[in-house]
Amino acid sequence: MPKIWIDNVPYDVRPGQNLLAVGLEQGLNIPYFCWHPALGSAGACRQCAVKQYANPEDTRGRIVMACMTPCGEGNRFSVDDQEAKEFRAGVVELLMANHPHDCPICDEGGECHLQDMTVMTGHAYRDYRFKKRTYENQDLGPLINHEMNRCIQCYRCVRYYRDYAGGEDLQAFASKNHVFFGRHQPGTLENEFSGNLVEVCPTGVFTDKTLKKHYTRRWDLTTAPSVCGHCSVGCNTFPGERYGGLRRIRNRYNGEVNGYFLCDRGRYGYEYANAADRLKQTFRRGADGGHQQTARTAALAEAAAWLADPAKVVAIGSPRASLESNFALRRLAGAGNFCVGLARRERGLLATLLECLQQGSVPTASLRKVGEAEAVVILGEDLQQSAARIALQVRQASRNVPMAIARKAGIPDWNELAVREIVQDEKGPVILVHPAHGKLDDLATQRLFLAPDDIAAFGFALAAALDPAAPAVAGLSAELAAAADAAAATLRGVSKIVVIGGTSLGSEKLLRATAAVAWAAKSAGKDASLALVPAEANSMALAFLGGLALEEALERFESGAAETLLIDQNDLYRRADRKTVDRLFAAAKNVVVLDHSPNETTRRADLLFPVGTVFEGDGTLINYEGRAQRAVQVFVPAGEQTESWRLVRDLGRALGREDFGWDKLDDLLDAIESEVAAFASLDEVAPDASFRIRGLKIPRQSHRASGRTAIKAKENVSEGAVPTDPDSPLSFSMEGYLGAPPPALTPFFWAPGWNSASSITRFQEEIGGPLRGGDPGLRLIEPQEGAAPAYPPAETEGAAHEGAQPGQLLLLPLPHLFGSEELSLRSAGIATLAPSPYLALSPDGAAALGLLDGAAVTVELEGYPPLEVPLKVSADFPAGCAGLPHLLQGASFPTLPAWGKVHAAPAAGEAQ
Amino acid sequence: MSAPLAPAASGTFEPPDRPLTAKIKPGQGPVSIDDYEKAGGYQAARKALSEMAPAAVTQFVKDANLRGRGGAGFPTGVKWSLVPMGPEAARPKYLVVNADEMEPGTFKDRLLLEGDPHLLIEGVILAAYAIEASISYIFLRGEYTDAERILRRALAEARAKGYLGKGIFGSGFDLELHLHASGGRYICGEETALLNALEGKRATPRAKPPFPQISGLFGKPTIVNNVETLCNLPGILHYGIDWFKGLSRTPNGGTKMFGVSGKVKRPGLWELPMGVTLGEVLLELAGGPKEGLGWRGVIPGGASTDFLLPEHVELQLDFDTVGKAGSRMGTGTMILLDDQTCPVGMVHNLMQFFAQESCGWCTPCREGLPWARDVLGAIEAGQGLAKDLDRLQKQVKFLGPGLTFCALAPGAMSPLGSALKYFRDDFEQHLREKRCPFRH
Repeated sequence: MPKIWIDNVPYDVRPGQNLLAVGLEQGLNIPYFCWHPALGSAGACRQCAVKQYANPEDTRGRIVMACMTPCGEGNRFSVDDQEAKEFRAGVVELLMANHPHDCPICDEGGECHLQDMTVMTGHAYRDYRFKKRTYENQDLGPLINHEMNRCIQCYRCVRYYRDYAGGEDLQAFASKNHVFFGRHQPGTLENEFSGNLVEVCPTGVFTDKTLKKHYTRRWDLTTAPSVCGHCSVGCNTFPGERYGGLRRIRNRYNGEVNGYFLCDRGRYGYEYANAADRLKQTFRRGADGGHQQTARTAALAEAAAWLADPAKVVAIGSPRASLESNFALRRLAGAGNFCVGLARRERGLLATLLECLQQGSVPTASLRKVGEAEAVVILGEDLQQSAARIALQVRQASRNVPMAIARKAGIPDWNELAVREIVQDEKGPVILVHPAHGKLDDLATQRLFLAPDDIAAFGFALAAALDPAAPAVAGLSAELAAAADAAAATLRGVSKIVVIGGTSLGSEKLLRATAAVAWAAKSAGKDASLALVPAEANSMALAFLGGLALEEALERFESGAAETLLIDQNDLYRRADRKTVDRLFAAAKNVVVLDHSPNETTRRADLLFPVGTVFEGDGTLINYEGRAQRAVQVFVPAGEQTESWRLVRDLGRALGREDFGWDKLDDLLDAIESEVAAFASLDEVAPDASFRIRGLKIPRQSHRASGRTAIKAKENVSEGAVPTDPDSPLSFSMEGYLGAPPPALTPFFWAPGWNSASSITRFQEEIGGPLRGGDPGLRLIEPQEGAAPAYPPAETEGAAHEGAQPGQLLLLPLPHLFGSEELSLRSAGIATLAPSPYLALSPDGAAALGLLDGAAVTVELEGYPPLEVPLKVSADFPAGCAGLPHLLQGASFPTLPAWGKVHAAPAAGEAQ
Repeated sequence: MSAPLAPAASGTFEPPDRPLTAKIKPGQGPVSIDDYEKAGGYQAARKALSEMAPAAVTQFVKDANLRGRGGAGFPTGVKWSLVPMGPEAARPKYLVVNADEMEPGTFKDRLLLEGDPHLLIEGVILAAYAIEASISYIFLRGEYTDAERILRRALAEARAKGYLGKGIFGSGFDLELHLHASGGRYICGEETALLNALEGKRATPRAKPPFPQISGLFGKPTIVNNVETLCNLPGILHYGIDWFKGLSRTPNGGTKMFGVSGKVKRPGLWELPMGVTLGEVLLELAGGPKEGLGWRGVIPGGASTDFLLPEHVELQLDFDTVGKAGSRMGTGTMILLDDQTCPVGMVHNLMQFFAQESCGWCTPCREGLPWARDVLGAIEAGQGLAKDLDRLQKQVKFLGPGLTFCALAPGAMSPLGSALKYFRDDFEQHLREKRCPFRH
C-alpha cells in the first residue's frame, strides 16, 4: 500500500489508483467533471488540477491533473496550493462562460454537479462579456430531455453511452467551442440504458423527461430505499414522491447489484403508480355485473364469510407481490391451499431453477461477480431484454481478459481511453446461444442460434467436455460437438467463469444444462458461478414458498372442492390461455381480488380490494441470485390501499383468527422466520422498525424540504400530523438523523457540498466498492461446498422436434424490455417504445411459406383465436422454430413455447 | 511551385550541401524515379536493408543527432529507440508520415512532397525498417491536392519497382505504404490526434503516456515522423554522420528548410545550413521588408512561436539557440510583422485560427481561445476595457504548457504572450484611443 502525502498529511492508499480516486476516497474535496467512477479518467476537463512535488524539498511543484496521475510510494501533492486553486477556479470560470446563469430556475439546480463544483472552487463573479454559445436541442424520445446550452463538454455522455453501454446513436459532433452531443438526427435514443445519461451528465443536458412532466425540486422529494419491481435483477432504487405522486426513479448504488446504473424499464416504468385508473377504493360487483364502490369494513366482512373454511379456498399469490404478501396469503388459506398463480410448467421451471441453485457447489452470481468474469456463457437468454442490467454487466466482463494487453504495456486500468485504444476490438470470451439475434451479439466470441432443446444439448455437451464425470450427450451432431469442444477449450483458458441462463424459453432441460455447465467448470478447477434468471421481481419468493399450480387450482374448483378464489396482484390472463382462466373464474363461486392496477383479472372480481404498489408499502423481494432485499415504503398513499399483507391480516382478523396478530412488519417477519426455514435470517435484510441512531429516526425528506406548512394551507392552516411508519425506522418528514444510516435504510445519498449523484463516493468504502456498512441484501442461497455435481441425464439434440405435428413450428417467446412486463407497460413513455406484435422466422422458413419480410401471417395456436401479425425475417433463426414477442398487449400468448401453425394471412378481400 | 530556390546542385554523387532540395528543379515537376535513382536515390535504403540490422539504423540516426523537423526538435533516433523490438513486440508496427502541414505560414513540407516524393518514400523505407514497421501511412493535408497526385504516382512507381511491398531490395523486409488525404483539421498535425483521425475517430489528442511507440495507430507500436525529418534519412545513411553534422553551423546537425512570408521583398523557401542567422534569412535572402516599410518583429517558426525582434538579427537559427532567446525555431518558417501592420490585429487573426482549430476536448483550449479571440477582437474594434489586458495575460498563463491536454493552446499563447510583452504600448494605445491606430 503506497504512502502518499497530500498537503503534508500522509495517506496509505490503495495501489493502482489515480490521485483523484484516492483523494475522493479519503474524503477530500477535489472538484472534477470528466472523471466518473465507472468510466475512468479522460483528462479532458482539467478541473481536478493539483500540485505535484518532485520531493520534500520541492516547494514550487507543478500542476498535474489528479485523475491522470498515478500514486506512487512517497509522492507528494497539494490540493490547497494557491496556484492549483486559482487554476481550478479558472477552469470553472471558463465552463461557466457559456453555461446559462439560471441555476435558481434550472431544473437541474439543487442536484447539479456543475453547481456543486462551481461553489467548491469559489468562482462567483462573472467576467465574460461576450455572447453565449447556443445550440438547437433534439427530441430524444419519451424518456430523456435534451438541453445542450447547458453542456460543459465533459464527454461523459458519449463515453458512457458508446463505450460503456454499447450504444451507437449518441455522438460528439462538430469541434472547437461548438462540440455537440446528440444524435445524427432527432429521434428516440436506442440504447436500453440511455436513462443513466441523466445521472452521468454532470449538469442538466440530459434530464428525466418524465420528471419534467411533474417536476419537483430534488430537495422537496420524499425518498426511500426501494427495489425495482420490473424484473428479477432487483436493482436498488430511490423513488421520489411529492404530493402523493411518484415523480421519478433514481439509481441507488449497491456494489453487489446494480452499481451506478439502471435499465430504462426500471427507471421509467414507475408511472403506472400515478395512473388515473389506479385502484384506490374497495369495489363490489353490483346487480348489474359492474363494480360499485363499497365500504371497506363491509367488504372485509363479506369476504371473511367466503373465506371462513380454508378448505374451500384457494389463495393465489404472485411473483410481483412481496414475500410478506405471499406469506400472509399462504397463512390465511393454509399452505395446502396456496397457489403460486403460475401454470404448472412455469411452477416447474421455478422449482428446477431453485433446485439447480441450491444443489450445486457453485455460488449464484451477483452482478458484481458477472462484471468480474473472464468468460461468460449465456444459454437461452436475450439478457438485454429479459434481465437488462445483467447484459450491461456482461458488456463490462468482456473487457476483463483483454485488459491484460493494457497492463502488459504499463497502462493503468483507470486510464480509460488509453486502455480502449490499445485493446481495440479485442474481447474476452462470451459464448452466447439463443435462437434470435440480440444486442449482446457484438460481444459474442462464439454465437450459436439454436432451438431450446438443442441449447440444452449444447450445454450438456459443454459440461461433458469440461468434466469427464458429466454425462455425455448421445447422438450429438458433429457440428454441435465441435462447438462444445471449442467452447470448452475457451473456458479452460480462463479462471473466472459465469454461466447465465433462465426461464425465458420455458425449458427445464435448459436450466439443468446451464447449471451443469457451471458445475462442470467448477469441477474443472474454475472459479465458476451461476445465474439463472426467472421471469419476475419476486419469482424467487414463490420458488421458495411453493404451492399449487393454476391447473391444480382449477381442478379444485371444477371438482367442487373449492368455492372461493382469493387473488393477490396476479393477472391470471398472463399465466394461462384465456379458456383455462375463464373456466377458473366460471367455476369459482366467489372471487376476491387484491391489486393496485386494473387488469382483466380485477374485472372478474366479486370483491376488489385496493393494495399498495411497491412504493406504497414495505416488502421484501428476492432477486435472481437469491438476494432478499427490502423495499421501504416511500409514501403513504391517499385512498384505501394498504400493503396487501395488511389487508390479508385484516381478513384474518375479520375471521377471528389468532394467528394474524401482526401490528407491524416486524411481527410478520418473525412469523415468516419461524415458519419457513429458508427465511430464518430474514431480520438481517434490514434493521427493524425500532432501530434508532442517537434516538433518532431516519428522515425520508432532506433537511431542505420546503413548504411543509404550506402544502395543505388551502384546506387547513394548521400543520397536519406527519404519518407514522410502524414498519421501518424511517420518518415521513425532514426530522431525524442527518448522518449516514445503514445502507439498507439510506433514503438518499447526500453529503455537504455534494448534492448530485456524485455524492456516492462519500458512502463507499472505496470507489466502486461496497457501501460503508456493507451492500444491502441477504443472500439466501450459498453453495454446497465440496458437493459433487448432481448432473441430470444429458438431453439429446433435436428432442423438441419429436412432438411436432407435420407443418407445425415451435413458437418461442421472445422477451422485450419494453412491452413484456405488465406494470412498466402502463407507463406512457415505456408504452410508446413497446414493439408491435410480429412473428420472427428464419429466411428459409419464410421462403418455405413463400413469404417476404413484412408479409401478413396468421398464427394458429391451441387455446387462442388466430392472430394476424407481420412477418419479421430473422437471420439465423433456428429451423422449425418461430418467435413471438412475449406477452405483448393485444398479442399475448402466455403458454409459449408451444407448437403452432403459421401460414400466409388471407388477403383483405378474401377475409370479407 | 512558386517558391524560389537557389540553383540546384549538379546531380552527381558528390555529397550535396543541400540534400533535401538538390534534385528539385522548380517549375519542372517532381523528380521522377529514374532521375532520383540516377542521382543515387534508393541506394541508402538498398544498403541499409541488406547490410544493416534495424537497431543499427536507429543507432546511426541517433549518432547523427537528427532532430525532428516538425517543430519540436526531438531526437529522431531516440524516438525510434523507444519502440519495442524483437519477437515479443506487438505487431503490426506502423510508421506514419505527418504530412498534415497546417501551421500558419508554413509550406516547407509541401515543397518536398511536390518536388521529390521519392526522397520521402526512401526515408519512409529506412525509418520503417529501423523500427520493423510493416505498414506505413502518409497522412497528407487534404488541401495538398497536387502533392496527393504526385505522391500517388510516385508510390505506384516505387511499388512497380518492388521498392514497396514484399521482400524489398531482396531483403526479408515487407512494407506497405498508404496515402491518406486528411479531412482537414489543424489538430491532426498533433501526432496522437493524427492517429485518431487515421483510425476514423474524432481528431482529439491522446493522453501521454502511453506514447505512440507503445500504443499508437490501432493500439500498436507506431512512430510518427515529419516529412522533412524523413527526407533527411537517405542522406544521413548514404553520406554518413560526419557529413550530416558538417552541413550545419551549430551542433544541431544538417540543413533546415527556412521560409519567409509577410510583407517582405522576396517571400520564399530555402534549404540552408542549420545555424544560419535570422538576418541572413529574413533580410538577405528574403530581402527584408518591402519598400517603405520597417519591421518590428517576426514569428520565427510558424504561428505558434514567440515573436523575435529586430535585435535578434544575429541569432543563429537552430533548436537550442532560438530556445535560449525565448522563442522556438518551430518549423523554421517565419512571418514578418512590419511597422504598418497592427500587432493586435495580427495576434487577433492568429487567435481566430487557433480558436477555430481547437478540437474541443479540453476546457482551457476550447473555451479559453475563443475568449482570448473575442477580447482581442473587442480591442481591435475599439471596445476594449482596461481589464482586458489582465484577462489576456491571465489566459496566457492559464493556457500555458502542461496545463492543457496538448500543445495547441500553449502554442497559441506564444504569439499572444510575446506580443503583450513586446508590443504592450500598441495594446494600450488601442484601449486609450478606443480604436485601432493602424486603421485610417
